[in-house]
Amino acid sequence: MEQYEPDRLSPARAAAMRRSFTSGRAALTRRSLLRASAGGALAVGGLGTLSACGIPPAGKTEGGVSSDDRSKEEKVVNFSNWTEYMDVDESGRRHPTLEAFTKRTGVKVKYTEDINDNGEFFGKIQPQLSAGQETGRDIIVLTDWLAARLIRLGWVQKLDPANLPHAFANLSPQFRNPDWDPGRAYSYPWQGISTVIAYNKKALDGVEVKTVSDLLDNPELKGRVGFLTEMRDTVGMVLLDMGKDPARFTDDEYDAAIARLQKGVDSGQIRRFTGNDYTADISKGDFAACLAWAGDVVQLKADNPDVDFVIPDSGYITSSDNMLIPNKARHKTNAERLMDYYYEPGPAAQLAAYINFVCPVDGVKDELAKIDEDAANNPLIIPDQAMQGRSRAFRSLSPKEETAYEEKFAKLTGA
Amino acid sequence: MSTLTEAPPPLSPPAPEDKPPRKRGRWTPYWLLLPGILWLVVFFAAPMIYQASTSVQTGSLEEGYRVTWHFVTYWDAVSEYWPQFLRSVAYAASATVLCLLLGYPLAYLIAFRAGRWRNLIMILVIAPFFTSFLIRTLAWKTILADGGPVVGALNTLHVLDVTSWLGWTAGDRVLATPLAVVCGLTYNFLPFMILPLYTSLERIDGRLHEAAGDLYAKPSTVFRKVTFPLSMPGVVSGTLLTFIPATGDYVNASLLGSADTGMIGNVIQSQFLRVLDYPTAAALSFILMAAILAMVTFYIRKSGTEDLV
Repeated sequence: MEQYEPDRLSPARAAAMRRSFTSGRAALTRRSLLRASAGGALAVGGLGTLSACGIPPAGKTEGGVSSDDRSKEEKVVNFSNWTEYMDVDESGRRHPTLEAFTKRTGVKVKYTEDINDNGEFFGKIQPQLSAGQETGRDIIVLTDWLAARLIRLGWVQKLDPANLPHAFANLSPQFRNPDWDPGRAYSYPWQGISTVIAYNKKALDGVEVKTVSDLLDNPELKGRVGFLTEMRDTVGMVLLDMGKDPARFTDDEYDAAIARLQKGVDSGQIRRFTGNDYTADISKGDFAACLAWAGDVVQLKADNPDVDFVIPDSGYITSSDNMLIPNKARHKTNAERLMDYYYEPGPAAQLAAYINFVCPVDGVKDELAKIDEDAANNPLIIPDQAMQGRSRAFRSLSPKEETAYEEKFAKLTGA
Repeated sequence: MSTLTEAPPPLSPPAPEDKPPRKRGRWTPYWLLLPGILWLVVFFAAPMIYQASTSVQTGSLEEGYRVTWHFVTYWDAVSEYWPQFLRSVAYAASATVLCLLLGYPLAYLIAFRAGRWRNLIMILVIAPFFTSFLIRTLAWKTILADGGPVVGALNTLHVLDVTSWLGWTAGDRVLATPLAVVCGLTYNFLPFMILPLYTSLERIDGRLHEAAGDLYAKPSTVFRKVTFPLSMPGVVSGTLLTFIPATGDYVNASLLGSADTGMIGNVIQSQFLRVLDYPTAAALSFILMAAILAMVTFYIRKSGTEDLV
């Protein structure tokens, strides 16, 4: 057993052994590695590094926006949109209106459906925009409140009216002057969204639902009522129901609406708050009634005759998804031409016939009737006078209000 | 006989043939580690530092965020959101226990009894993972629908009366209750339990069972004294792989839960994406990480398997 007796080792073997403890494989134990990497992390992540991080103020990135418009040299436009927000042909892969645009103008459209959620998308583009870098997108489509925030932060480019003659002429009056972008200097609506009450006749089983109060107070609907995770839609509808105007309300009125909803949560009247996934709940009948987006209801109704909608006498909330051109976009003129193209009655009708949201373009009804008579007469797609009269928009919020209101609403929804 | 721990006598100068010392292999381990370390630095260390910094900043989007060493954020976050923390741990722990109870027999079956069906069953365990997490979770909304057969059966058997009394469900429904969230978590993380369990069970030498039988051990004793202790590495790594991601999950709670089942992941998500309170979101993430680290350390110490994982 002489190998266990180091004092009898030959000098060469002893040296080899000592080496093995100080270098080579054995030297790199898990422990030493952990120690080394922890030390490294501490060194790298020292306090200095922590303070060096930070987000620059938003205003700094404004300016220098459209100086390098390469629309002439590069005949492309990068268009980021929500999923299922564009017409497709039978094969399901091609977009006829976009192809017609390319055919006419020679501008190729790189169409990406990479927007699923306003908040999520903002988180995605915020680092680039706040650092004054390009996002690789020429058109993005965002809901009112987020569009308002980007305009406020100076992260989107002012549009050139010369490139938007149809848009200027045909934009329907109810979308012309939002308080966050008067006269549409920065944005044009892609589609309008109406928030209404949807119900499932089978699940209601004779119970009548006509107002938001019915949703909140009727004990027969306990645990079978849904509201939306979009704060403006849910609170806006409750404010309307309370006789307040969502376009001009105070902090106290907002708190009162939240309190009203909180009562519904505490009593178990409200089953849950949903994003787009309410469509499954209402068509299966797990929701007897819920707040819903009209474009979805048109499609749900086509699939399931039990689903229908009602517009409360107190009114309903209208918002829109808006096309914007982010700072540093490389193809601004091409983007504006594409925006304008969707304000021609032809393409607008083709789009409206396919996606069933509120068409923001005036004078589309006749064109739409040629494609789909029912759609042309559906007030959810082409709002009539009575419908337009009851539509209300949620007012834009100051940054402080936005944080406070979202915080209160997040607490209400349990997150 | 002397041992290695004794101090070796002073070494004589290295023999001539040992000189110059072989330098060749010295840096090899580090070179091999380089890709992994780089990966960790870029995708783990850098974001961690960034988040650590964010958690002590104050400001707004308009004014920008600056580091002000505002540690109060941590305290505020805990005092405001401790119910969601507790709920996350409770849901994740329940899901982990359920996974263990469901997964152990299955892993045992695959390892010892499945014979030529082994590969098929393994594929069946993994197959659901070929579809997206979201789709799998949404499928539970169909399975547990109010008017569906599952809830109907549970109502007929009066199971839901018991669970309602316990506060796990509400009325005669399962969806939008804690039970639904725990079911979703259990389902989504079950393979992370089964795979490590299977690996460690499969390694057990079948002759040990025979030997135990030869020594007059009953089958239950064999399991208790031989099989289960030998499968401990699988149990520990399985529970960790289930518990850790389940604690931070927010998809199940937001799709299968209600306003009363919000987990900490939901809070972090809404703070980050909706309220835009980045410091609070970052602080919550760090508190969650610290809490999980503490719980896991305690667990590994208790189960006495430091060298097994």
